[in-house]
Amino acid sequence: MVKSYHPETLEEALKILVETHCIPYAGGTDLMVRYRQGPGLVPNFDRPVMFIGHFPELTAISEKNGEFSIGACVPYRDIIRHPHTPEILRQACSLIGAPAIQNLGTMGGNICNASPAGDTLPPLSVLDATLTLRSVSGERKVSFLSFFTGPGKSILRDDELLTCIHFRLPHFTVEGYRKVGTRKANALSKIAFAGFMLKEKDMLSDVRIALGAVAPTIVRSRELENRLIGQPVAELAELMPDLLKSYGKLIQPITDQRSDANYRKTVSLRLIKNFVLKEES
Amino acid sequence: MSQTIQFNLNGKAVFLKTDPMRRLLDVLRDDFSETGVKEGCGEGECGACSVFLNGKLVNSCLVAVGSITGMNVETIVHFQHTQAYRIIEQAFSDAGSVQCGFCTPGMVLAAYALLKENPDPDETDIREAISGNLCRCTGYNMIVDGIKLAAKKGDGKW
Repeated sequence: MVKSYHPETLEEALKILVETHCIPYAGGTDLMVRYRQGPGLVPNFDRPVMFIGHFPELTAISEKNGEFSIGACVPYRDIIRHPHTPEILRQACSLIGAPAIQNLGTMGGNICNASPAGDTLPPLSVLDATLTLRSVSGERKVSFLSFFTGPGKSILRDDELLTCIHFRLPHFTVEGYRKVGTRKANALSKIAFAGFMLKEKDMLSDVRIALGAVAPTIVRSRELENRLIGQPVAELAELMPDLLKSYGKLIQPITDQRSDANYRKTVSLRLIKNFVLKEES
Repeated sequence: MSQTIQFNLNGKAVFLKTDPMRRLLDVLRDDFSETGVKEGCGEGECGACSVFLNGKLVNSCLVAVGSITGMNVETIVHFQHTQAYRIIEQAFSDAGSVQCGFCTPGMVLAAYALLKENPDPDETDIREAISGNLCRCTGYNMIVDGIKLAAKKGDGKW
């Protein structure tokens, strides 16, 4: 039986974390499946566990003058229901699990799992989110993409907690989110796509594109986006073949039980093409 | 490393000396004989173990009992004494929404979770609301019909 902690405050939690390097438990929707043993049996956690889902600092969600802050332990359902949540993030959260899972699962958990298929990662990537990481020795803010180092791996130290996700509500004229999965509910992504475009006076003023589940970490390239920025909308189609060739080098999917590499790559490139050439809605 | 965990079960405070990592599902069935809470998949896919936690629908197989200190748990056994339950029960009966019955407690709670927020749901809303509940008998259409009927009969009084 592992030891478990139920600290009263976040400060106390950070102290326990540095002393025990325990597993932080927020919604539990992944952990309880990962360590499950079967009916009547206690999940076999291999390290002490600390419950962190009850701190007010980690469960608050706010929006002020376009600045969004979402506590790491806010359940998906609250993000879906917030009146100002960007549509692409709302859609991503709505397609995670089913209502009963959305009531428990948290975006902080989705991020810290660092699964390449994490459904909130492509939207947060194009939102240029910032993450606040806290430990007893202080706090640091890191850019979203710099957080992930590989499948299941991140720069989060085992004495740190992700406490908050921040982003600025962007001004865009076209947004797109697409999850490709086996069914609508309870499916893990084969491919997830998120994108923003700002089209002004027949010019593409800005574009952001991110893909999930098709490489060891999220695919997002400012360099490739820059090739499109400043181009006349009418000429985007001509740029596509070269652009897709370059994206093809970044998209390095695997074949697993959910999909195969060839399908993932083909569909990813079509999603990019269809999005960039999409008419304003 | 047993600890005493306090939560409210069906309106009554309970104190339980147990391993905090035990699943709420096992605690409800084994320690409180709440056998209306079913185990189907044990991994959050099927919804048979649904309960209300602080009024929100959750899968009790995904909840470590140590995480619910001070919270309110309501099961189907308690919910069956409400007017809302009786409306849903009658509608499910009239629409043929119940066959083997294993998914039914979860379906009833998912239906109520929907209706109290959206008393006049369309078919898409209903299918989304029960998207985390698997039924291997009915093919779902009769459950959707049952919820539509419940919405009509309940007439917003949730």
